[in-house]
Amino acid sequence: MISFSRREKNWIPYLLFLPALIYLAGFIGYPLVKTLQLAFTSEEGKVGIENFITLTRDSTFWKALKNTLYLLIAIVPLQVILAFLLALFVNGRFKGYMTVLYIICIPLALSDVSAALMSYNIFTSHGFLNKLLMKFGFIDAPIYFFGLGLSSRAFWVIVLTELWRATPLVFIILLASLQVISKDYFEAADVFGFSSWQKFIHITLPLTMPSLQSALLIRTLFAFQIFAVVWLLSGRDIPILAGEVYYQQAELINFRLAATYGFIIALICILLSWVYLTFLKTKHLEV
Amino acid sequence: MKSQRIPIALKIKQLVTIIIVGFIVIWFLAPLVLITISAFASPGDYYQIDKVIPTHFTLNQFKSLFFGLEAWKAILTSIKVAGITILLSFIMGLPAGYALSRYIFPGKNFLKLLCLATKMFPLMVLAVPLLIIFMKVGVSDTIWGTSLAHTAMVLPIIILIFSSILSGVSVDYEEAAMIFGLSRIHAFFRITLPLALPGLAASAIFAFMMSWNEVFVATILTLTNRTLPAHILKTAMASPDYLKFTAGFIMAVPAMVFIFFVRKHLVTMWGISLK
Repeated sequence: MISFSRREKNWIPYLLFLPALIYLAGFIGYPLVKTLQLAFTSEEGKVGIENFITLTRDSTFWKALKNTLYLLIAIVPLQVILAFLLALFVNGRFKGYMTVLYIICIPLALSDVSAALMSYNIFTSHGFLNKLLMKFGFIDAPIYFFGLGLSSRAFWVIVLTELWRATPLVFIILLASLQVISKDYFEAADVFGFSSWQKFIHITLPLTMPSLQSALLIRTLFAFQIFAVVWLLSGRDIPILAGEVYYQQAELINFRLAATYGFIIALICILLSWVYLTFLKTKHLEV
Repeated sequence: MKSQRIPIALKIKQLVTIIIVGFIVIWFLAPLVLITISAFASPGDYYQIDKVIPTHFTLNQFKSLFFGLEAWKAILTSIKVAGITILLSFIMGLPAGYALSRYIFPGKNFLKLLCLATKMFPLMVLAVPLLIIFMKVGVSDTIWGTSLAHTAMVLPIIILIFSSILSGVSVDYEEAAMIFGLSRIHAFFRITLPLALPGLAASAIFAFMMSWNEVFVATILTLTNRTLPAHILKTAMASPDYLKFTAGFIMAVPAMVFIFFVRKHLVTMWGISLK
């Protein structure tokens, strides 16, 4: 760090940060205030909780909330476990591990739209899975995963797609934390004759715990943003919170209800972050 | 005896590693390979139920997607939006990242936390009010509107990435240059910037991909000037299946190419952006 010289006044770093700060205030801060305002204003312009009453009377809202939570529960724990196993494996640094790392990371760069279409390609009635199963005589007619009344099947396809698409995100966080664990710990453990399992429990796990927690938080927050995969694979058959924001806004052009849905998502995210930060004592959120 | 056993144990370990690697490669690559096949497969082969691997290939889907559904326009829009997003986030992100990496000042941690905190608010929350604001100002349904929103998404993360990249360039070089009479601005542009260039290029690619892939805000904010994902989201559901696969493939291509270029920065970049 450069210390302040007389020539350089203390205001320089603030000046350097100012444009970004103004931009963020204008394009994130102000819209957030606007969301609040929209959510708490009724159709006639009265301030109140009318929008929330309308929302809670609508059964779709409860379904959307329920489905979002179900997706969260189905995806996140499995994803974190899978990612951890993958990270441990790749961190073994076998020959050619960089190539494997690269392959695992490809889905990182893919959009959710693309990922959804890829899994549609596999699971649709004329998709590879059905054709393959029929070829080998396991089934006589294609299994339908998408369509009316099949939302429970589509649900699992969505879970699988999200596992494929977003496990690498968790993987890379965990790998980063595994890579910085000093080898000295393991050498010391070897001296004391620890088994690999003991090493894992007493060294690897505690040292990666902060990253595990933040991966868990970030994935939970992202789970509330799942949109395109669900929207493309099931439309509104599986209503979810983010999908309802889109539906209210783009199809019904109801700004207030869309904002109310948005407000609820934001509220849940803030609450979750607060719970995580308070109870898990994640102190490493600073870069 | 013992000396013979060890190679066998090693061999088993190697075999297990190879099997696991095989599983990983198949699991992560299969969807990509399959959509590539489907993107080029002729519709006739696709609808023939007993034909698992198509044998006839065609470029007709690409033609009808590009020109019939005007995807070329959407691709152009996507590139323009991503370009403006990169430009804006670099103009504002570089000085901010520099401030974080080179100065100690009160409120620094607060600013860092602020950048991280923006991730708490999903874009869905911002999309609706942004549309209202843009409609008032008259930039709704324009390339600029989408770019401005994407910059809001990219900027906080890019500031943190820049801060970490610039911290990686030793201050000593800069100080040495300043001792030789260069001003701080000159020292930055002549010394630090060239040294940080590879990292900055990777950041630009990262920003490009974030913008290229973003679909929610792009769909909400535009009707005619849609980016590619927004265009696909709107038209894909109404198109025949084989066009969907071609669309999915087209969207995936730049992602696969770009991630190859930034593969050395993967851990740093996403490590930061997701912390």
